[in-house]
Amino acid sequence: MTAAPAQGWTGRPLPRKEDLALLTGRARFMDDLEPLPGIRHVAILRSPHPHARIRGIDISGAAALPGVFGIVTGAQIAETCRPIPSVVKTPIRFMPCAIDKVRYVGEPVAVIAAESRYVAEDALDLIEVDYEPLPGVADLGDAMAEGAPVLHDEVGSNVVNRRSFRYGNPEGAFARADHVFSFSYSYPRSLATPMETYGVIASFEGGPDRFTVWSNFQGPFVLHTLMATALKVPGNRLRLITPPASGGSFGVKQAVFPYIVLLAAASRILKAPLKWTEDRLEHLTASSAATDRLGDIKAGFSRDGELMALHFTNVVNLGAYVRAPEPASVYRMQATSNGCYRVRDIAVDNTLVVTNRVPAGLNRGYGGPQFYFALERVMDMAARELGIDPVALRRRNFIRKDEFPYHAPAGSIFDSGDYDAAMDELLRLAGYDDLKARRERAKREGRLFGIGIASGVEPSGSNMAYVTLAQTAQERAGAESKSGANSTATLFMDPMGTVTLQVSSTPNGQGHATVAAQIVADALGLEPDDIDVVTELDTRTSSWSIASGNYSNRFSAAVTSAVKQCAANVGVKLRKLAARDLDVDWQDVELAGGQARVKGGQGKGIPIAKLAARTHWNPSGLPEDVTAGLLETVVVSPPTLGSPDAEDRIASALTYGFVCDLAAVEIDRATGRVRVEKYVSVHDVGTMLNPLIVEGQVHGGFAHGLGAALLEELVHDPAGNFLSGTFADYLCPRADDVPPLVIGHVCTPSPINDTGAKGMGDGSSMTTPATIANAVADALGRNDLVLPLTADRAWALANGRTPVTERKKADTPAFRPKAGALTGEGAFRFAAPPEALWTRMLSPDVLARAIPGCREIRQVSPTRYEAEVVIRVAAIKGAYTASLDIVDPVPPRRLRLVGEASGKLGFGRGEAWIELQPEGGGTRLTYRYAADVGGTVAAVGQRVLGAVTRVMIQQFLAGLEDTAGPGGRSAFLALLRRLWRALSRRGRAS
Amino acid sequence: MKPAAFEYCRPDTVAEAVALLTEFDGEASVLSGGMSLGPMLNMRLVRPQAVVDIKHLRSLEGIEVRSGEVWTGGLVRQADALKSETLARTVPLLALALPFVGHFQTRNRGTLGGSVAHADPSAELPLCLATLGGQVELGGRRRRRRVAARDFFLGTFTTSREPAELLTGLLWPRREPRTGYAFDEMAHRHGDFAIVAVAAAATVTPDGRVERLSVGLGGVEDRPMVGDTGAFLGHPATPDTATAVAEALAERCDPMTDMKASADYRRALVRELTGRTVARAFDQARREP
Repeated sequence: MTAAPAQGWTGRPLPRKEDLALLTGRARFMDDLEPLPGIRHVAILRSPHPHARIRGIDISGAAALPGVFGIVTGAQIAETCRPIPSVVKTPIRFMPCAIDKVRYVGEPVAVIAAESRYVAEDALDLIEVDYEPLPGVADLGDAMAEGAPVLHDEVGSNVVNRRSFRYGNPEGAFARADHVFSFSYSYPRSLATPMETYGVIASFEGGPDRFTVWSNFQGPFVLHTLMATALKVPGNRLRLITPPASGGSFGVKQAVFPYIVLLAAASRILKAPLKWTEDRLEHLTASSAATDRLGDIKAGFSRDGELMALHFTNVVNLGAYVRAPEPASVYRMQATSNGCYRVRDIAVDNTLVVTNRVPAGLNRGYGGPQFYFALERVMDMAARELGIDPVALRRRNFIRKDEFPYHAPAGSIFDSGDYDAAMDELLRLAGYDDLKARRERAKREGRLFGIGIASGVEPSGSNMAYVTLAQTAQERAGAESKSGANSTATLFMDPMGTVTLQVSSTPNGQGHATVAAQIVADALGLEPDDIDVVTELDTRTSSWSIASGNYSNRFSAAVTSAVKQCAANVGVKLRKLAARDLDVDWQDVELAGGQARVKGGQGKGIPIAKLAARTHWNPSGLPEDVTAGLLETVVVSPPTLGSPDAEDRIASALTYGFVCDLAAVEIDRATGRVRVEKYVSVHDVGTMLNPLIVEGQVHGGFAHGLGAALLEELVHDPAGNFLSGTFADYLCPRADDVPPLVIGHVCTPSPINDTGAKGMGDGSSMTTPATIANAVADALGRNDLVLPLTADRAWALANGRTPVTERKKADTPAFRPKAGALTGEGAFRFAAPPEALWTRMLSPDVLARAIPGCREIRQVSPTRYEAEVVIRVAAIKGAYTASLDIVDPVPPRRLRLVGEASGKLGFGRGEAWIELQPEGGGTRLTYRYAADVGGTVAAVGQRVLGAVTRVMIQQFLAGLEDTAGPGGRSAFLALLRRLWRALSRRGRAS
Repeated sequence: MKPAAFEYCRPDTVAEAVALLTEFDGEASVLSGGMSLGPMLNMRLVRPQAVVDIKHLRSLEGIEVRSGEVWTGGLVRQADALKSETLARTVPLLALALPFVGHFQTRNRGTLGGSVAHADPSAELPLCLATLGGQVELGGRRRRRRVAARDFFLGTFTTSREPAELLTGLLWPRREPRTGYAFDEMAHRHGDFAIVAVAAAATVTPDGRVERLSVGLGGVEDRPMVGDTGAFLGHPATPDTATAVAEALAERCDPMTDMKASADYRRALVRELTGRTVARAFDQARREP
């Protein structure tokens, strides 16, 4: 055994214990587990509609398919489960499966269990759901408008909660301010997209009722109680187990819990263990999302740049339901509403809204990116308006290093910091003056070069009670108080002196095992390799308590204290045993190099293994104050984390790290490409337990922030149809899209815990969107930015246009497509005069031949046609039932067509405006159309929908031309070709 | 994300493959590299009765330099084409475009023929073939035929290949003297589907005038479009002429609007990238013997 390094293992950039298995393909993930025999494979039928009533579900066809084991629909789930509760008291019933109404695209409608996933997906196609589509709303403005479609009739409005908060006297401070700067913004939806998607294996055993669930959730803590309640069992009858390895989460996997309930309930109904692994389309469509927001921020400043007052107005899109822990995303940053500044007078107005989108949830930075986008953008705007350098303006308002612990106006207690030192380091690493000179040069040359800065605190180790801010003080007073964030660890030293440590931190790739081993190795004089760290959690055998789960950077801020105390307690025992042999006071014994020895002494020590063996093999020989065995469990509850007070103040987190970022960007005016020329990020994470892991986390947080800033957006049309269901439409930065990152550190150890470490990991994911936006705004001299700043948006901004990337064209009096509709226009020349063409267009026979893929068409009234159509583009073929109404016909000049079609691949509703003009004996037909498309084809086929529509219209018009006489030329040839093929095929078969 | 059941067929000869395609009469999909077909099968956008896996068709491999043209077998992997010094020498445009085709992982599987047969409107390889005036070689039951690229690409994912025909090879006009080639594209990320891609081949007379000019646009309309540049023949091969060509093509094109880019943005990119690309092609042509 080599000697421990002089400074100990903690703080060293030790490579991660976890990586060997991950990098050699030996790690076992959720999908690799087969813990039980007889598992059936599940596919989930999901709503293609954003909003619809379910009139009926016919499962007979699917149930008859060989290999199908059973099907569970919402009605059965409603009998088996209770709604999953939330902290916002509303009549909304959140069930893991739609019962009588669907409210977002991808909402589960039925569970199919079969011998394989293939068969289960075949069965999906055979379930007939009779939907009554309802108008949907995806955007906050629309959802709050008068007369908007209401998602939950029992609430009567889409606004489910409003609360206003006043800390200090913001109205007075604004009145005293010399300048007030404000801006409104909309912040988009994104998703962290871990490589491994959700997975659940659920098994119900009767006698007594007991659920066992394997799942890659990221913390059962609070949610365990919610799930057990929903499943109608006591806590000890819901056993949750995590797999050994994780393919990432970034918060997203917390929202696997409704699927745990769904699979568990289905297992109970079908009496078999069930397994479901989410696929990527399901993940992008229906797992979770960072909340989108409409926000407004107002900042009052004195003439010389003192930030005097802030007013945040947050309108938060929760998606279709209030899914726990929402509305935490908007309340996580509330207690730190002052950011890193000394401002004392703050107003916050929060409105929570439901829309026809997937429920929002945890996503790296959780509420931080939205918060800092508002605060740090307004700081840069103010700096520009006040003529003060943005760095100087921030420094003017930083909390000073002698003010810690700093009691923030909304209740946070900032543990430690030296923001000026971090800013110094940032400017040094960035070469700020050189960058400013570059900016001047670029400006002279007509190039677009900008510098952006953002700084903020990183709250870590969440106090679970902050979410109760959604309730009024009176409502809170009526309920049992909530507070805190417990952390637990159990350490066991076996008779051979090796250590097994169990931590209930449910890591998703952060390297907890490595850091925990470093801490224990130091405490017990061992090497990290001697410490086996169990991070799999089994609620039946692991020690755990209520806490926020693996989020908000909880491990280093809170769990490490439990680990350290556990190890210290075992260490004391070993030292007491050794003290008798060494004949010294136990406090004079140290554990080092695998031995217990006299502190500072040169003498021979006693091997720790020998001491450990004694506690197990010879308990009667132990000193009086040493109990048998070496097993310690410690639960740590940070004392600062109390309940919200009557003024809505709460210490929402345990530690408050500091992040400041600087970006320099250049925008190509011709292409809109935003190139990040330099990015520097300086962090104060307190004591660094493992610098290698710290920097890895900073890189990851930066990549997520960069994606949100430049590329990523979950897109719905205004009705809620989902449009970005593949990685071709949802663009994440890849390794080669992430520019080099310069990382700097300052260290002010946290006095609040046992290690001095602050939480970290969210880090730059919170500040990067604001930093990049500030740099782009600086380059363009415009403030009306919308994230993500994709090339097309940046091009529009750089060229003096309104950034429009929705599929939208300029309105004309006759033609007003909704934003987001699929639109187009064109013209076609016909040899026939308008009168002849008119007659032809309205003849079912002709239409049948002209409409591409029309199998059957019926004229059901003078102005209505119904058709069965097979639409085929290359190999993509779908059968649709369609209707076509002729509206406002003015023969033979113009008409409007309103069509609807639906099929397995999707559905659509469109309108076309058609005009016929005589032209040289023939006709010039011009058309414009607008269509809303939903379902699979909209989610995964955005790239080609426009082009395909155009092709079909051209085919249709060409078909009209071709059908000049009975059995037009091409139709005749096609018939011949079909005949010939049929004949030649028969010939081969015989 | 599991495909519907299909029959898997793996012929050993072109004749067998064609017989299968004939038998399934338009209900079979040809599997080459699978980089587009795989996801479409998984998402059940396509549900062919049969998948005809052509990877054992030896005669679809290889690169042959012939007089005036270069034949690349339908199965030549994009990664191998990128590594081929022969292709770099004889069809320089292809070597310039291939780094933009997906990523090295997809190029390891994706084939030249598969990309051309798939006919994605923003794909680089169909664009190069159309710009150079190349041909597609199709094998059918009775005969082999060649179709000029401009007649092959009919629209999004739509070509003039008959259901019972197999794309067996591509024919690329060989590099010409005094000719420069250039390629550029704009995508949200490198390797993504191009928002706009521009390919140019320019032949310049010894006294510096445009002798031949072919400019292709990808991602703009529903198929690769080769612009009409006849008006510029005889003009000096200068950056000003390149700008004028760019203006003309930007004016005439009819770009799509979709979620990723507006028609206006596409038109602006056509102007910018065409200007850059044609100027580079002129510049290079003047330095070529």
